[in-house]
Amino acid sequence: MTWETVIGLETHAQLSTAAKIFSGASTAFGAAPNSQAAAVDLALPGVLPVLNRGAVERAIRFGLAVGATIHRRSVFARKNYFYPDLPKGYQISQFEIPVVVGGSIGILSPSRGEMRVNLTRAHLEEDAGKSLHEDFHGMSGIDLNRAGTPLLEIVTEPDMRSADEAVAYARALHALVRWIGICDGNMQEGSFRCDANVSVRRTGATTLGTRCEIKNLNSFRFMQEAIDHEVRRQIELIEDGGTVVQETRLYDPDRRETRSMRSKEDAQDYRYFPDPDLPPLMIDEAWIDRVRGEMPELPEAMQARWRTAYALPAADAQALTASRELAAYFEVAARTAGGEARIVANWVLGDLAAALNRGGVEIAHAAVSANALAGLIRRIGDGTISGRIAKDVFEAMWQGEATGDDAADVIIARKGLRQIADVGAIEKIVDDALAANAAIVAEYKAGKEKAFNSLVGKVMAASKGKANPAQVNAILKQKLG
Amino acid sequence: MALTLADVARIAHLARLDIDATEAQAVHAKLESIFALIDALDTVDTAGVEPMAHAQDTAMPLRDDVVTETDQHALFQRGAPAVTDGLYLVPRVVE
Repeated sequence: MTWETVIGLETHAQLSTAAKIFSGASTAFGAAPNSQAAAVDLALPGVLPVLNRGAVERAIRFGLAVGATIHRRSVFARKNYFYPDLPKGYQISQFEIPVVVGGSIGILSPSRGEMRVNLTRAHLEEDAGKSLHEDFHGMSGIDLNRAGTPLLEIVTEPDMRSADEAVAYARALHALVRWIGICDGNMQEGSFRCDANVSVRRTGATTLGTRCEIKNLNSFRFMQEAIDHEVRRQIELIEDGGTVVQETRLYDPDRRETRSMRSKEDAQDYRYFPDPDLPPLMIDEAWIDRVRGEMPELPEAMQARWRTAYALPAADAQALTASRELAAYFEVAARTAGGEARIVANWVLGDLAAALNRGGVEIAHAAVSANALAGLIRRIGDGTISGRIAKDVFEAMWQGEATGDDAADVIIARKGLRQIADVGAIEKIVDDALAANAAIVAEYKAGKEKAFNSLVGKVMAASKGKANPAQVNAILKQKLG
Repeated sequence: MALTLADVARIAHLARLDIDATEAQAVHAKLESIFALIDALDTVDTAGVEPMAHAQDTAMPLRDDVVTETDQHALFQRGAPAVTDGLYLVPRVVE
């Protein structure tokens, strides 16, 4: 029996405004408890919410970035439920007419290749406060600093068919919201939170299976693990003759499993209705046009441009647009290196990314600038150094042995790393190596092809890596032939 | 629309109202009369009428994204039954 997984994602992106969505309190993270909870956030009697223009503008940016419809008129509604960190007894959200409808995000699926994940909607709403359940004399502590923080809830269609695709979408969305400057994407601080709706069905079935919603996916790794686990759980349940119950499940990263949080029987009846405190939100053409004019080139457009202009593979183009800073770095390096864009991509995604990872450094603070990296890559291109020696030069540049755009040239000159161009000199090294390794030569002559590579290695080592590998190959072949 | 006592109990639960069986009977009668009014409204032909989102024909006023509030938690918490370290204390809630 084969099974198909169906996944839809709901993401709460905290919008990067200075003030809250309906009050003038700060949204800064980490302040002393309740020091940023204003009268509106506390729902004190007589207060009225006033919508933050900055939150709406970020929703417009998002709508434009995903090619969605931006409703010229949208409505805020009350979502009613009781919880101590929700002082009003309702959350102001959008229900029947959200600000953004439709749109899509392109991803690279490991199994299905390039595809688009369609969005159902994105709506504005306020966050709730935080409940702290540590023991306060048998009571819970409530911090309302987060209450009223603006959120954009972004909902997909059930378009994803594996945990890999869900993670690819989440990463693409995470990159996009930072790219257009509407969310800082900090998952540890809860600025970007994903819930996954997961169901399974027999391959070929056209109706959807019963879904479970998994919450608490606060890293891409947890998302992968939680969905994989949940899919296995549902399949085993059905194959054992059981049925999946629609419920909300919480992912427990310590036990690496999901467990039931609440079933549909106690599902909330939110009794949405239009909020009488808030007239409809009207967005005019002039506003949308102005926001459109201020949009940066989008990651998908940039990927398409690079794939045409630089013949970059889709996966590289995608990886290089993980952030605007990384993309800008690559663009500068590729332009300066001139005609070596694919090699530049390999360096940026390879040695540079590894060095950044090792040091836990952001690309903006990379020890090797884009121009300096391009300078190094030009020296590989013109045959001054081999790719192998280039790695040593890069390491020296990373350690700060030389800075500036010509750092590679300075290090190559200082350490005498220039490739040996003199054929006579290389022939001499080859002759010495052949004489010193008669046993390997004999093996080669007896038909052991691998012995040839071993001889190349001996010659390269004797030249301290400065011989041109292609030249060494040719001379060795000639001398052994 | 027929309203049962079970519906009354559910509505009371959603509203976090603690009503006993006697009160439920009284509430049931009141709600039934309200639902009768709604039934009457339901007979009106509303085809082609756009649902009203707000009683006033006005657009949402907007505020600039500027922090205007200061820390007043000491003042606000004077009315709270229990606080500690700036936190409001409430009966323990764990999902």
